[in-house]
Amino acid sequence: MVKGRQGERVRLYVRGTILGYKRSKSNQYENTSLIQIEGVNTKEEVAWYCGKRMAYIYKAKIKSDGTRYRCIWGKVTRSHGNSGVVRAKFKSNLPPKSMV
Amino acid sequence: MAAKKAGAKSRNPELIRGIGKYSRSKMYHKRGIWAIKAKHGGSLPRHEPKAAPPKPAAKPPKFYPADDVKTPIPNHRKPKPTKLRPSITPGTVLILLAGRFMGKRVVFLKQLPSGLLLVTGPFKINGVPLRRVNQAYVIGTSTKIDISGVDVEKFDDKYFTKEKKKKTKKSENEFFDARIEETKALPQEKKDDQKAVDTQLIKAIELVPDLKAYLGARFSLRAGMKPHELVF
Repeated sequence: MVKGRQGERVRLYVRGTILGYKRSKSNQYENTSLIQIEGVNTKEEVAWYCGKRMAYIYKAKIKSDGTRYRCIWGKVTRSHGNSGVVRAKFKSNLPPKSMV
Repeated sequence: MAAKKAGAKSRNPELIRGIGKYSRSKMYHKRGIWAIKAKHGGSLPRHEPKAAPPKPAAKPPKFYPADDVKTPIPNHRKPKPTKLRPSITPGTVLILLAGRFMGKRVVFLKQLPSGLLLVTGPFKINGVPLRRVNQAYVIGTSTKIDISGVDVEKFDDKYFTKEKKKKTKKSENEFFDARIEETKALPQEKKDDQKAVDTQLIKAIELVPDLKAYLGARFSLRAGMKPHELVF
């Protein structure tokens, strides 16, 4: 985001990939999403991230509140499986286009 | 019944909650009521009731409200400042996580009565002035600086409140002029306070090798850094 000072890019967040919704073979539950956090590979490591907040940031054509960037806030709720994937609940469900 | 003295224990041990070991007549004997009565000629000594102070005659109120007026329940709760994390002690270097100075490493001075943390860059080193910060937006590191030489008594929440703007009548021309005047320069005494605190701190900082550069640099996550494995 443009600010009036020299942009020293400081990253204080950890990136993640949206894998999909919580689901079984033929039913999906969109209120909970599955997120792969970078660098987290076991379910023991997930404990540090539980409760931490997440933001899904996307761009839109129309400016709202002075910016084209929009955000959906959420939280890490619990781990999912053995390999560091995490379940998260967002204020509103993540849009399907967020999953690559 | 006469008031019990503080520390007076019951002479009737409890067998089970509500059931004592001794019967009424046994307790009468144990408490020595018979001896008190004997001393005072056959009956327990009575005291005259204390004369109550005469109540002022209350006039009947002139006005009775039509509906019942509910009296609010009195709230005697006094909020305490938030509990400081044990890793945050005066002189700790903190990393700010949000706001204008996110990523900056900063020295913690004290906790204000509102619960916010008073913090300073020092200003000369990283541009962070005397500022209040919420504990939730801060990481406490294990680096500590000795701030015994710094006097922080005079700073409290009132020092940081905004000045109240006086309402002026705006006409077309004056409106634009007034807006330019709004941006006030920082009063000289605040600059002096900053200097007074910082000179002491900078002396302590320069004693430690590399600490000045450390405070001047910002913290950032880089490729391969895993926050859950970092030790601050």
